[in-house]
Amino acid sequence: MNAQRADVIIVGGGIMGASAAFFLRKRGVSVILLERGLIGQQASGVNFGNVRRQGRYIDQLPLANRSREIWLKLKELIGEDAEFMLSGHLRVGYRPEHEERMAKYAQDSQPYGLGLQMISGRALRERFPFLGPEVTAGSYAPHDGHANPRLAAPAIGRAAARLGAQVFENTEIVNIEKDGEDFRVTAADGRIFRAPVALITAGAWANRISTSFGEPVPLQAKGPQMCVTEPVPYAIPPVMGVASEKMEEGIYFRQVARGNIVIGGCAREAVDLDKRRAYVNPKNTLLQFTQLPRVIPALKGLSIIRVWSGIESYLEDDRPVIGPSSRVPGLYYAFGFNGEGFQLGPGVGDVMAELIHTGATSTPIEQYHIARFSRLAVNAA
Amino acid sequence: MSQRFVRLAETGRPRVRIVIDGHGAEAFKGDTLMVAVLSHARELRESEFGDGKRAGFCLMGACQDCWVWTADGERLRACTTVVAEGMHIVTKQPEAAWANLA
Amino acid sequence: MGQPRVIIIGAGPSGVRCAETLVAAGLRPTVVDEGRRDGGQIYRRQPDNFTRPYAKLYGTEAGKAQSLHESFDALRGKIDYLPETLAWNIADRKVHVMRDRQTRALPYDALVICSGATDRLMPVKGWHYAGTYSLGASQIALKAQACAIGRQVVFMGTGPLLYLVASQYVKAGADVVAVLDTSPFMRRVAALPKLLARPAVLRNGFALVAELKREGVQVLTGVTPLEIKGSPETGVQGVVIRDSSGNERAFECDAVGMGYHLRPETQLADLARCAFRFDHETRQWLPEVGEDGRTSVPGVYLAGDGMKVLGADGAEIGGRLAAMAVLKDFKLPVAEHELQRLREEQARMDRFRRGLVQAFPWPAQQAAQLPDDALVCRCEAITAGELRRTVCDMGAQEANRAKALCRVGMGRCQGRYCANAGAEVIAHAAGIPVEQVGRLRGQAPVKPLSIAAQEEVE
Repeated sequence: MNAQRADVIIVGGGIMGASAAFFLRKRGVSVILLERGLIGQQASGVNFGNVRRQGRYIDQLPLANRSREIWLKLKELIGEDAEFMLSGHLRVGYRPEHEERMAKYAQDSQPYGLGLQMISGRALRERFPFLGPEVTAGSYAPHDGHANPRLAAPAIGRAAARLGAQVFENTEIVNIEKDGEDFRVTAADGRIFRAPVALITAGAWANRISTSFGEPVPLQAKGPQMCVTEPVPYAIPPVMGVASEKMEEGIYFRQVARGNIVIGGCAREAVDLDKRRAYVNPKNTLLQFTQLPRVIPALKGLSIIRVWSGIESYLEDDRPVIGPSSRVPGLYYAFGFNGEGFQLGPGVGDVMAELIHTGATSTPIEQYHIARFSRLAVNAA
Repeated sequence: MSQRFVRLAETGRPRVRIVIDGHGAEAFKGDTLMVAVLSHARELRESEFGDGKRAGFCLMGACQDCWVWTADGERLRACTTVVAEGMHIVTKQPEAAWANLA
Repeated sequence: MGQPRVIIIGAGPSGVRCAETLVAAGLRPTVVDEGRRDGGQIYRRQPDNFTRPYAKLYGTEAGKAQSLHESFDALRGKIDYLPETLAWNIADRKVHVMRDRQTRALPYDALVICSGATDRLMPVKGWHYAGTYSLGASQIALKAQACAIGRQVVFMGTGPLLYLVASQYVKAGADVVAVLDTSPFMRRVAALPKLLARPAVLRNGFALVAELKREGVQVLTGVTPLEIKGSPETGVQGVVIRDSSGNERAFECDAVGMGYHLRPETQLADLARCAFRFDHETRQWLPEVGEDGRTSVPGVYLAGDGMKVLGADGAEIGGRLAAMAVLKDFKLPVAEHELQRLREEQARMDRFRRGLVQAFPWPAQQAAQLPDDALVCRCEAITAGELRRTVCDMGAQEANRAKALCRVGMGRCQGRYCANAGAEVIAHAAGIPVEQVGRLRGQAPVKPLSIAAQEEVE
């Protein structure tokens, strides 16, 4: 059978893969993007939609900054803005240790231009009159925002296709191996794809592929617990989150322009990777109900109209895998984003395109090298 | 013509007084909130998306078209809520201040 | 083995007869119902302080309604009855319910879902204007609140309910301008052999039409709805159709009652992870049901219009059959001859049902004819044009994908009133069979759930 060829094959059509395809095409590199389902259907399509830098590990801020620049020009780049709103991000706390943590972060992140403002007391109430009495302090990030995850990756994928990327949806990959100078990728229906470079952006399923190349990683798939309210008049501009050390207090929510409030946090559940199913545990929805009015009491009067979950991947050290393989030349990875990959998507795509095209990237990503897990490969040998 | 629903029978019931958009109105004990409002007004609410007034649709708690705002910022599904003395319904979308502390 | 814990969701005809059969076998089922009173929709009970007699409320079905209500009243001490209680989720063999913002998780050994049906709607331009109601809504306004939906009412759609509600309105003194049936008259003739499976019902149907004509109500068949005219400020002002001769006709009115037979409420079956299959005859996805209401999930049963729309009589039979399936599956005795008799009855009902489907078909082709500016999704105000764009410009060929991209089905009603027509619009725009469009993935809560809801403290 004749194989389809390109300079780069990307396995996995979420926001990472779609963005990489787009930016590779901008650099004139030919791309085949392979996706088992539809572009952006997994974690990229079900996540909370936060486009924030505040709260990330300091070593991730350069990458987040690069990505943010792209979000700001998304409309110009791909013709759609995926409902991106620069609405600000407000983290709040209930206890002194929360305020301390936020203040320390504001200080540590200073060099990266987040513009964080610590606010408390009367100033906090005047600025955000919807906050409940339990909220004692807040850290406001004026240059963060949010977007619609159901729209973003599909829009980027369509833009990549318009630029000439060959996008194959409904194409499940059953095998990928190095065959001479090329990677030989086999689809379930027997089609073969070949390229000298392969980029694995297969999310929670990427570990299976990296393992087959001798590079297993400690990845756990988990389902976020999401829900959304009916549409109500727009009143809460910033994306809201709670800076607590206790997961069950970690509620977050954002009001979209149409008025619905998207809600997540407080818990995660196990998922079924094989059946690609993830469910919301009703207990978690009720738990979220106890946390929402602590931040904004008026939310008690609203109703949710839907819950959903999905499959996100978490790595043991809470950081993603980004960069080249430690064992196979021409093989690259970008996966395992710990439930906070959405904002990074365009930036990761841009970085991978730069790395693959030029051999290096100006954004520090060494800390995300898959080699940091090589002890696992040794133990498995 | 300031009402939508037309009462055909059962008008011998005790009265219940409610308020609609600041104006007093009388309903009957046993009315749903929807009937109570629509016997004095031609709509229950405004569509959030600019297509105009809404007055409910299925009357059986399925379509969720008849959710109304009370003056206190509460939400009630009008077709499955029994009218009660003193209810104050607002048929316009509230201002953003709905979210603020009283 | 101890007595199985049985939960019945729904206190309409199927739920009541199911409970009755289980109680007679010595069980004490829990009956969860969202309404204030039992009876479901067709036998909806009026509020306590209303005075109209059964004959006035239920006409030819007065006897059945009374029997059902009295049967349930007699059950009250022998079941755990949870009225005004919403079953909002099913997970881990528990039904999650909410009453008065208090939630509980009720474990079950057997679950019988008797969730009933809603009207099935085909959008028409202008159907979002205030004053547009479903046929069922029009009937509930009259039956349960003694009101007409407006001063001058047009009824439009198809199915026996169209004629029944119109006739009830006329009898009650409302002003009915016209009855507009999209099904051509000849289809009824062609369906006669199946409709004769229930001669009394058929006779009633003829009588209704005759009555309407006697009262001077215009009755047209074979019509094509074109538009509900109105304004965003004042609502419905009239209806425009094309009649069977191809002429445009306009009717002035301030209210429209609209519907195309019924569609089962299948959200709870979906949450219970029952398998669904596409029913080609009615062009919709229905839960797969085996003998006597057994689903693909052991311990979960369906009965009544929430399983398949057989009407109230069929629902009562279905409820009894599901109860007997539960008894059998839990190794409790059932009367085999009764089981057989009920199955035969249900088969007769199904034959009649197929006659109704043939006589009053779902007008799937109207979806393709919807103008681009007609709303498909009332909740989110999404037009047919926007939906078509997700197919043509964004490559969506599947219901959930189209929903993710343009929001059809994302609103408060979660697709109850737009999913059927939405699928037809997608199918036509994509040039694929409507079965291939798939069905909207079900998620909890089945109806909006208040954030004030709290787990009940034991």
